[in-house]
Amino acid sequence: MADAPNIPDEAEVRARWGAFAWTPENAEQAKVVIARYPAGRQRSAVMPLLDLAQRQVGAETNTQGWLPIPVIEYVAAQLDMPYIRAYEVATFYTMYNLAPVGRYHVQVCGTTPCMLRGSDDVMAACKNRGMVKGKTTPDGLFTLTEVECMGNCTNAPMVQINDDNYEDLDYDSMTRILDDLAAGNQPKTGTQNPKRHTSDPEGGPTTLTEMVSANHDYRKEW
Amino acid sequence: MLADKDRIFTNLYGFQPWNLKAAQARGDWDKTKDLMKRGQDAIIEEVKASGLRGRGGAGFPTGLKWSFMPKEPREDRPSFLVINADESEPGSCKDREIIRHDPHKLIEGALIAGYAMRARAAYIYIRGEFIREAETLFAAVQEAYDAGLLGKNAAESGYDFDVFVHRGAGAYICGEETAMIESLEGKKGQPRLKPPFPAGAGLYGCPTTVNNVESIAVVPTILRRGAAWFASFGRENNKGTKLFQISGHVERPCVVEEEMGISFRELIEKHCGGIRGGWDNLLAVIPGGSSVPLVPAAEIMDAPMDFDGLKALGSGLGTAAAIVMDKSTDVVQAISRISYFYKHESCGQCTPCREGTGWMWRVMERLRTGDATIDEIDTLFDVTKQVEGHTICALGDAAAWPIQGLIRHFRPELERRIRENGGMMEAAE
Repeated sequence: MADAPNIPDEAEVRARWGAFAWTPENAEQAKVVIARYPAGRQRSAVMPLLDLAQRQVGAETNTQGWLPIPVIEYVAAQLDMPYIRAYEVATFYTMYNLAPVGRYHVQVCGTTPCMLRGSDDVMAACKNRGMVKGKTTPDGLFTLTEVECMGNCTNAPMVQINDDNYEDLDYDSMTRILDDLAAGNQPKTGTQNPKRHTSDPEGGPTTLTEMVSANHDYRKEW
Repeated sequence: MLADKDRIFTNLYGFQPWNLKAAQARGDWDKTKDLMKRGQDAIIEEVKASGLRGRGGAGFPTGLKWSFMPKEPREDRPSFLVINADESEPGSCKDREIIRHDPHKLIEGALIAGYAMRARAAYIYIRGEFIREAETLFAAVQEAYDAGLLGKNAAESGYDFDVFVHRGAGAYICGEETAMIESLEGKKGQPRLKPPFPAGAGLYGCPTTVNNVESIAVVPTILRRGAAWFASFGRENNKGTKLFQISGHVERPCVVEEEMGISFRELIEKHCGGIRGGWDNLLAVIPGGSSVPLVPAAEIMDAPMDFDGLKALGSGLGTAAAIVMDKSTDVVQAISRISYFYKHESCGQCTPCREGTGWMWRVMERLRTGDATIDEIDTLFDVTKQVEGHTICALGDAAAWPIQGLIRHFRPELERRIRENGGMMEAAE
């Protein structure tokens, strides 16, 4: 959502989110997060707290969440930092949504390693469901974003939907995953290639084959 | 081929659980206290002797880096270890496998490395998009605390050491060490000018060393098996084992640990089932992640995959992420997509990079369709030289090199597209 998000009207946003406060669980979690950094350096917690806040907004709206201005102000106040410094962080990093997104945030990787393995087909599967890059579908279900390298290159092409990755995709498997999500079912995460476990070569590993069936201790052979 | 017994990351593919109990059964956290008892300087010397060079791309000797840290940190200025798990270089996906399948190798390495460099704590900066991976890492760190392996008197060594996990939020630039430090301090991830170097003034102005995940995770095994064991693999100045990541047009892409200096052909034949369509179908390879120049098929086929071997070809080992392209590839589009990546990821601080990455991408897009003139190829090359070396961090260089590699090796292809599009006439006028 980094490219020119359609930020909602501020008056409406203030009316809806002006009274934002942590849920009791998140208030506890915020304390845990702040304690990870030295005393007086609480500002370091701005990234994890913005993420927590975005997730709370998501839970309250049954979407993947976003960061309304009053929510950013709330986080900045808790960390005793100027609002503009928190806003800078929210705008700099791509994972903070500055505008509302749908129930499922479909993030298709389009960088070269995925492109070489067919990310265009994955994108086509999304478009054929009526999804448009940078937009949310009218039913509020899917937001489509093209993202840069997600670090799953040996399992390309891939997509991240909410907190899960789906890898080794093609047009058909991507269509199936979107169908499952739309129907309220959780598809299998990770690789969609039945001949792979994770990042091992298709058809079984060429190394460390003892590890497939048992937690082998190689020290005996040192 | 490297024997399985000499592989460090035995649970690389996650066939077995990552948890502490399973990791201990594989040999992690075995008498860590005794390794630490050897003393801080002895550990640094052992890592130096092993020939380990940083696995994040630049290849700086790891032991030497540690030796820059102050020997007696001041009470009010503690030292920090920052572990770079912001794996975002296109092609790279090795740290993810370590974190989600063998996190205790990293955590044990953090304790030992942190102790050796006299650090008070380690921050592991993991990229925001690694959501499930971060969940595993948080849980593994908690396991280590619960077992007394971290915290006060960590692993009964008498040394107090904390490990914290910090999640990023989607910014490639935070993989640059000073941008990572800025980000950890709660700011935009924009690189700092050096000097001062992080070892002098890093996180919170305190002495800091930033190391890649793989560099830290191999340390416990190097200490257990000895520097001589690690140095027995690879060529002089390019020692050890390495996680290679092969993506693109091979039959079976994968991550695999191999000996440094293995030939490209052997790597692909043994682990990836060959090039799609056979070796005659190979066009070019980007051997070290998107930041290094591509190498044409004829030159890469029998090249040794290590720092010096790939440097001799005008490229680099980088993170050992080989992006393989066969002859079906539109090579101009492939590089143009990389240019778009750098345009997207430029932090905006330095003008040559902020403006140059967008300009270079736009010209690349026109070269892709041939909507250009021949002399624009020279202009583009010239601009890449203006960006390279004129920015605070190496992102400008990383954006320039892939384009330079393309022009160096595929200029006839660029000219062909322009000619077929009628651009030759325009140039002649």
